Amino acid sequence: MTVVELREVTKTYPGGVTALDGVSLSVGEHELVAIVGPSGSGKSTMLHLLGTLDRPSAGTVLVEGTDVSRLPDRRLSALRARRIGFVFQQFHLASGVSALDNVADGLLYGGAPLAQRRRRARRALERVGLGHRLDHRPHQLSGGEKQRVAIARAVIGEPALLLADEPTGALDSASGAGVLDLLRELSGAGTTVVLITHDRDIAALLPRQVRMRDGRIVQDDARVEAAR
Amino acid sequence: MNRGRAKAAPAGDAPARLGPRDALRVGAAGLRARPMRVFLSALGIAIGIAAMIGVVGISTSSRAQLQATLDRLGTNLLTVGPGQDFFGEDAQLPKESVGMVGRMPDVESASATAKLDDAGVYRNDHIPSGESGGISVLAARLDLPKTVGLDVAAGTWLNAGTAKYPAVVLGSAAADRLGVAAPNVQVWLGSQWFTVVGILEPNQLAPELDAAALVGWDAAASHLGFDGHPTTVYTRAREDAVAKVRDLLAATANPQAPTEVQVSRPSDALAAKNATDEAFTGLLLGLGGVALLVGGVGVANTMVISVLERRAEIGLRRSLGATRGQIRLQFLTESQLLAALGGVGGVAIGIVVTAVFAVSQGWPTVVPVWAMAGGVLATLLIGGVAGLYPAIRAARLAPTEALAAP
Repeated sequence: MTVVELREVTKTYPGGVTALDGVSLSVGEHELVAIVGPSGSGKSTMLHLLGTLDRPSAGTVLVEGTDVSRLPDRRLSALRARRIGFVFQQFHLASGVSALDNVADGLLYGGAPLAQRRRRARRALERVGLGHRLDHRPHQLSGGEKQRVAIARAVIGEPALLLADEPTGALDSASGAGVLDLLRELSGAGTTVVLITHDRDIAALLPRQVRMRDGRIVQDDARVEAAR
Repeated sequence: MNRGRAKAAPAGDAPARLGPRDALRVGAAGLRARPMRVFLSALGIAIGIAAMIGVVGISTSSRAQLQATLDRLGTNLLTVGPGQDFFGEDAQLPKESVGMVGRMPDVESASATAKLDDAGVYRNDHIPSGESGGISVLAARLDLPKTVGLDVAAGTWLNAGTAKYPAVVLGSAAADRLGVAAPNVQVWLGSQWFTVVGILEPNQLAPELDAAALVGWDAAASHLGFDGHPTTVYTRAREDAVAKVRDLLAATANPQAPTEVQVSRPSDALAAKNATDEAFTGLLLGLGGVALLVGGVGVANTMVISVLERRAEIGLRRSLGATRGQIRLQFLTESQLLAALGGVGGVAIGIVVTAVFAVSQGWPTVVPVWAMAGGVLATLLIGGVAGLYPAIRAARLAPTEALAAP
C-alpha cells in the first residue's frame, strides 16, 4: 500500500530555479527510505512536497491516495496534524518548556484536550527512551536527547508518514547512531519513515536509498529491485 | 489498509478547532519566553491606563468628598441678600425680613447677619485704620450656628448675655489673620476693645463667615451704631420644599420690592465649582489617551519584532498542523494578552495613585467600576488592533520559508 507518491513532479521556484524536474517516487507502508544527495540536489524540496508544506509546479502528490496538490491550505494543515510527522535538523524545540509539553504540542492542532496530550506525550517520551527526562528543559538535554524529544513529538499522533530532514546533521556520530536506531525501531513498529541526508554512510544503513542529483532521481533501489 | 478509506479520511477531515484555553496557553507561552520585553511593552500601556484611571479616580473621589460634604451640610440652606434697586443703588432688606422668612411654611429656621461697613477689627489700637486684613465685622443673630450649621472650634458661641456686651466670635480665617489662637484675648473693634469668646470652624456653605468677626445684634446696635437692617438672611427649608421656598423668598423678605432681593443656594455654588473642574479632567483624560496610544504603538512594534524572530517557530507550528487562522489567532492572542497585562497593571497603578492622592487630601477613595472595566476592555481592543498586522504577516508566511529561517 502506498503511503505517499510523487508522479512526474516538477517544482520551479520564482526566478527560474528548477529544484525538482519530473520526479516520480512511491513510498509504501513500513518502508524506511533514505533520500540522499549533495546540497542543491532537490532533496529538501522533495521533503517539503512529500510533507505538503509546499505545492508542486507540475505533477501530482498523493498522500494515502489523496491528491493533495489541489487541497486548500486548511485541509493540508489538518492532514499534517493527523497523518504526517516532521523531524528537523535544528530540533525546533521551544526553549523554557519541558520535554513533556514540547512533545504534547505535537497534538495541539489535532484537537485533543490537554490532559490527554500530556498522557500521550509521556508515553511517546517513554517510547523514545526519555521517560526519565519528562520535566527537563531543552537546554538541560544533550543534542541526541533533544532530537529524541523532537522525534517523540513527531510520532505522538501516530502519523502514517514520518519525514526527517537531516535528523543526525547536528549530532555527533554516537548520538546520530542512536537516533538512527530509534527511527529504524519506529519503522519496524509500522511507521513509514523518509529520511533526508547528504551523508552516504548514513543512507547506506537504511534498507532503501534514493539518490538525487540536480533535481532528478539518479538511482532508486526499489526500481533496481523491480527491474531484477 | 483499505484504499477507499484511506482516500476519504484525509480529504474529508477539516482542521480541529484550537480551543480558547489552548489559544491562551500558546499566546502566554510566547510572552513567557521574553519577560523583559513583555514587561517594558506592557509598561507603556500601563502608564496610559494608570493616567486615565488616576484622573477619573481622583475626580470621582473629589466628587464623593463633595457629596459627603453636602450630605453633612445639607443642600437646603438658602440665603437672601439685598440686590440693587431700580437706579442701581444698593438696596436694603427690611428689618422685619428675618421674622417674616422664619414664619413661612416649610421653613425650618431663619437667621441673619448684617455687615457693619463702618467698623473694622484690628489686633490692637496701634494698627492704622483701613488695614483690616479683609476681615468684615458682622452683627449676628444668636440662632446663626443652628441655621447655617456652624461648629465652634474653641471657646463658645455668643449667648443672650454676651450678645449685649463687647464680645466677638471670630471666623477661622479672621482668627488666623488677627493672630488669635485661643479665646479670651482682646481685639480693637470699632474703636473699642472687644473680647474674643469663640473661634469658628471653617464652613464650606458659608465661606463669607470665615473672614468675619461676629458680634451680637444688640451689641452692634449699642456699641457700633447698627441700624437693624440685615444684609444676609440664612434659612433652612424642608428638604422636599426647597424649590417652593426659594420661589417665595424674595417676595416674603421684601414685599415692597421683591426685585431688589437676591436669593441663592450655596450648595449650588459648591457643585458648580466642581463642574468647572470637569473640563480640566477632560483635558487630562485626553493626555492619558495619548499615552495609551503610544503604548499601543509599542505593543505593535514588539509584536512585529516577535514575528520576525520567531519564523522558525511559525514554520514548526505549520508543520505540526496549525492552519493560517490558528497562527493568526496565536499572535493576536499574544498581543491582546500583552496589552491586557499592561491594562490590569495600569488599573492597579491608577488605584494606588488615586488612593495616595485621596488619602493625602482626606477624601474617600473612589474608583468607578466602569473605569476599571473600560480600561481593561480598551487594552484588549488596543492589543487587537496592534496585533492585527503582525498576526496577518505571521499567518501569510509560507511554511517552507519560515522553516528556512535560522
